[in-house]
Amino acid sequence: MDRVDLFPTHEYQGLKLRPGRPYPFGATIAGNMVNFSVYSRYATDCTLVLFHNREEKPFVEIPFFKEFRLGNVFSMIIFDLDYENIEYGFRMDGPYEPEKGHWFDKSKILLDPYAKLIVGRDVWGQEPHWDSAYQYRARVVFDDFDWEDDLPLETPVNDLVVYEMHVRNFTCGAGSGVKHRGTFAGIVEKIPYLLELGVNCVELMPIHEFDEFENHRVSPVDGRQLYNLWGYSNVGFFAPKAAYASTGKYAMQVDELKNLVKQLHKNGIEVILDVVFNHTAEGNEQGPYISYRGIDNKTYYMLTPDGHYFNFSGCGNTLNCNNPNVRDMIVESLRYWVIDYHIDGFRFDLAAILGRDQNGHPMSNPPLLESLAHDPILGKTKLIAEAWDAGGLYQVGSFPSWGRWAEWNGKFRDSMRRFLKSDEGVLADVKERIIGSPDLYASQGRGIKASVNFITAHDGFTLMDLVSYNGKHNEANGEDNRDGENHNNSWNCGCEGETDDPDINRLRHQQVKNAITMLMVSQGIPMVLSGDEMGNSQQGNNNAYCQDNEIAWLDWNNLEKNADLFRYFKQMIKFRRQHKVLRYDEHLRHQDYLGLGYPDFSWHGVKAWQPESGHNNLTLAFMLNGQYAATIPEGHSDDFIYVAMNMHWEMHGFELPQLPESMAWHVFANTGVPSPDDIFESGQEPVIDNQHEVLVGPRSIMILIGK
Amino acid sequence: MKFETYQLAKELDSFNYQQVQDGVLAILEKGSSAIIDMTACKYVSSTGLRVLLYSKKIAASKGLRLCLVGISDEVQDIMNVTGFNTFFDCFHTMDECLQAVNS
Repeated sequence: MDRVDLFPTHEYQGLKLRPGRPYPFGATIAGNMVNFSVYSRYATDCTLVLFHNREEKPFVEIPFFKEFRLGNVFSMIIFDLDYENIEYGFRMDGPYEPEKGHWFDKSKILLDPYAKLIVGRDVWGQEPHWDSAYQYRARVVFDDFDWEDDLPLETPVNDLVVYEMHVRNFTCGAGSGVKHRGTFAGIVEKIPYLLELGVNCVELMPIHEFDEFENHRVSPVDGRQLYNLWGYSNVGFFAPKAAYASTGKYAMQVDELKNLVKQLHKNGIEVILDVVFNHTAEGNEQGPYISYRGIDNKTYYMLTPDGHYFNFSGCGNTLNCNNPNVRDMIVESLRYWVIDYHIDGFRFDLAAILGRDQNGHPMSNPPLLESLAHDPILGKTKLIAEAWDAGGLYQVGSFPSWGRWAEWNGKFRDSMRRFLKSDEGVLADVKERIIGSPDLYASQGRGIKASVNFITAHDGFTLMDLVSYNGKHNEANGEDNRDGENHNNSWNCGCEGETDDPDINRLRHQQVKNAITMLMVSQGIPMVLSGDEMGNSQQGNNNAYCQDNEIAWLDWNNLEKNADLFRYFKQMIKFRRQHKVLRYDEHLRHQDYLGLGYPDFSWHGVKAWQPESGHNNLTLAFMLNGQYAATIPEGHSDDFIYVAMNMHWEMHGFELPQLPESMAWHVFANTGVPSPDDIFESGQEPVIDNQHEVLVGPRSIMILIGK
Repeated sequence: MKFETYQLAKELDSFNYQQVQDGVLAILEKGSSAIIDMTACKYVSSTGLRVLLYSKKIAASKGLRLCLVGISDEVQDIMNVTGFNTFFDCFHTMDECLQAVNS
């Protein structure tokens, strides 16, 4: 039986209307009706502005009549709209009193904060019409997509190998060989490559709509156009970046992104989105009106008592995350990405901000973080915090977690980098990092799965640059090399930048292999920066956020040039995925709790069973007892694994722990010898002659398996 | 199995989707499978893709087939990157299609 409320009650300039449903916010299709709903606590009046696609002038502006308002929500239903050919915005009226936090200006046409499809920056780098009154334009989206039997994969978090990547950087560069460079479709074309590498999760740098022309300028070095390439500057929290879709020009980015997720899932690869809920693209007092500022400034932004924007993000404004309405928007956005896009997890940029109250003070039980930890729909979604912000709040190890939140472990990065370059006084710290940082995560019972380990990420040097540069070289960014991290813990191996010196290049490759080995044999969730597996360089630029060119793009020709690195990465990732004891989710006990004659985990040194602990020591070894794999869900008894790390510049002999009778030590990897003897296929590891001691070369790591 | 052909115009979008949907469903209502001749069609919008998939699902629910013939490179590309291609039997020419459905 048809509903009785399907009939218009009002008519306005030929359009048939009736009072809308206040909830859900945004534009929602229901049969031949579209429901528009927008919330503003302080607005006095609101108008819905409708355009035909891409037209400069609206064809109608419909006031929200008194009977179209409920509480602080304006909503209306329009009948029989050709919604594929409609773009909509709002005009909000209300006080303009910046000192009180109000910025209403009814001359502005504003983007719906809940817009699910945004056009206006549809083809990357295509100059927009700057004088257009409405730049980022909301459209009504089809929310049907045939997922067939797809759902988020729910891979156990400790089994993930995360690949942090950028949609454009991944396939724009030379030799990528894809048809649709720099797009979601381009990633689909590269799925066979991801499978060969062996990663089972991609973490996409921001894919919410942003404006690549934000703060655009030219490079002082070569006069090239600089863009906001990375996109840490949201225009909309519900809409994908149009220009990341090869079909963006047809406004089909929603379907293209959904297809990417579906295809990755079909191949066992999860999708984590890097989400930026700490600020928006509206910037500070000098920034443009896009949406929030004009819709309800005082609700959406954290303001000082005299109405200025707090700047805990370093980007001009701070989203008012613990305002109840903004909190709801964030929760709804995340739910939407899980429900409608089947996203597997989120990495929250500058997540410490999400725990600040409306005055900017850190809270002990931030309601937003608690809501997310307990949300029914996000119940199995991975939640990963970048546990610091630009306002000086650093919460690695103390991010409020309710047992649900993992963290980017910045201490893993710092300790491992220092060990890699043979710093003194770092050994004790490195040992904590290798066993999943119990010093940070054991006391709260968060387990190893709280630690996302990484040595490189988009912020900072690539791995090849980490071993090729002592200092950053960001001149091309146009800020006189002031931008970017100064404390990189990097070492250039003897020459700053590219060199023909074969010894230096050999050492660099060895150091890259050492780094990926440290990452893959450590407990926790490893994250690899896209391109490191082929020795990608950014020519020493450690903050390539604006370099939409070969500086930031992966050069796929490196795959051949650095074939030894790719092979080594591939085998190391495979090794990790083959051995459960490298992927515990709870902390190790260091005890023989199964009465097997060996503990689950044991530290060693140049002497078996006698770990080094001295300030100057640069050697360590550890052994994982594969028999304990049987205690892990879906695990079965496995080989012993012994890892000797010698970050000293001299060779050292390592006495080996004795294996059970009938077992022998075999070499799986040795970064101190050139390819192909640096790493072996499973089952082809050569047995070693001397079962009592191995010699580990200068700055080398050796992995043995006992079987 | 009986077949009937439906000819698409230059574009399939929200302006003409209703007409196309009615036309294709009318064929299916008669118990015939449908061959959609897309030779002239150079653009299919989001609405258009949904009309094709909707019609395909109606056909399947009646035990009938729905084939697409002569898809242009542009349209094929749109279908590939949005994943809609996977749901259809596609043929380059009418001859190929007829041969396949009659064998």
